[in-house]
Amino acid sequence: MGAQQRVFRRRIRSVQATKKITKAMELIASSRIVKAQQRLDASLPYLQHLMAAINAAATGASDVSKHPLMANPDNRAKAAVLVVTADRGLAGAYSANTLREAEGLYANLRNAGVTAIPFVVGRKGVAYYKFRERAVGGEYTGFTDQPTYADAKRIGEDLLNAFLTPAEEGGVDEIHIVYTHFVNMGTQEVRIRRVLPLEVVDEVIEKDSAMPFPLYEFEPEAETVLDGLLPQYIQHSVYSALLMSAASEHAARRRAMKSATDNAEDLIRTLTRQANQARQAEITQEISEIVGGADALASS
Amino acid sequence: MADLTVSIVSAERALWSGEAKSVVAKTPEGEIGILAGHEPVLALLVEGPLRIEKTDGSKMLVAVHGGFFSVSGNAINVIAEVAELAEDISLERAKAALARAQAETVEPNEAAIRRAETRISVAGLASAAR
Repeated sequence: MGAQQRVFRRRIRSVQATKKITKAMELIASSRIVKAQQRLDASLPYLQHLMAAINAAATGASDVSKHPLMANPDNRAKAAVLVVTADRGLAGAYSANTLREAEGLYANLRNAGVTAIPFVVGRKGVAYYKFRERAVGGEYTGFTDQPTYADAKRIGEDLLNAFLTPAEEGGVDEIHIVYTHFVNMGTQEVRIRRVLPLEVVDEVIEKDSAMPFPLYEFEPEAETVLDGLLPQYIQHSVYSALLMSAASEHAARRRAMKSATDNAEDLIRTLTRQANQARQAEITQEISEIVGGADALASS
Repeated sequence: MADLTVSIVSAERALWSGEAKSVVAKTPEGEIGILAGHEPVLALLVEGPLRIEKTDGSKMLVAVHGGFFSVSGNAINVIAEVAELAEDISLERAKAALARAQAETVEPNEAAIRRAETRISVAGLASAAR
């Protein structure tokens, strides 16, 4: 076998091995999307009840606009931005998209005179900020493909603490989450959501006409109930953002791995053609050498 | 007498739902018992056992770790960040967790201690009732 042929065969084998890996990752990602979606669906009843209760408590409380979690501070100085990225790469532009969207948010905040403090979820995001030597408020890694409520709670508590710290001592006035919304298997989009301060008051008025609440008796009084509910609301916002992002991450990875597998197939096809061509060229050359040799012998 | 429709939802999933005669829950102000026809209530829950008497008279215990519940009409929704049915609790694991939490002398993890104690007491009450 000629040297050229051997080179082609070797490349085909290597591409085939890579294709097996990407194919396997594609299948794993597909099965995990379904699981992530189920977890997302399972967390929805909680959210519905929680929102209903917050609205009810906000309606019951005497003056919600004075509540620390809802009052819009006149001098906004700092904002915490939770950026949800992936722990692992090989998911196309998934992490890069959220990071880019976050940069846009920082620019907007800067124009409004607000300093953004990133809180980063996922090793990819952490590496991004570390490489650029930018300070972060918190780093959370190791769970992005299967976030649990405990993870979300840890993050939520940190954010709430930062929020409750007075501005003079380095506390933040706003909390934003940048995450990837899972629309369906084919579409995911990066979204920015402001979690705090809340704008429940508007929602209350809006929803009041649609579905009136029963006149709840509050135990203890409405303000205290609201105090107890809002941290849960933040934690659950973080939790659903993590779940959404996890589903999106798997979908992005599946898509990336699918195109890698397709690409490998194309490559194998081209390489096989080239290898056949090389083999044919070798045979042709051998024949012409033999014929040439025979001619030379005959003529002498 | 009409029955209560109870549903217990934790942050990660809907845990249990069914019919019940009465529900006893623990709020920051003390214990509160709910029977059918109770006025609408929205109350916070503190860490502790939630007692449910089912329509067939059997008792059910659930460990709830924070959250709230709402009563409207004859429907009662218990929304807890973390909730576990008594039969799902492993007493050994809870005890091990308690020992581990208490052993951390540097920074005692009070939430973990409370959580483990709640689990142990719920599991204990459930086995006593059986």
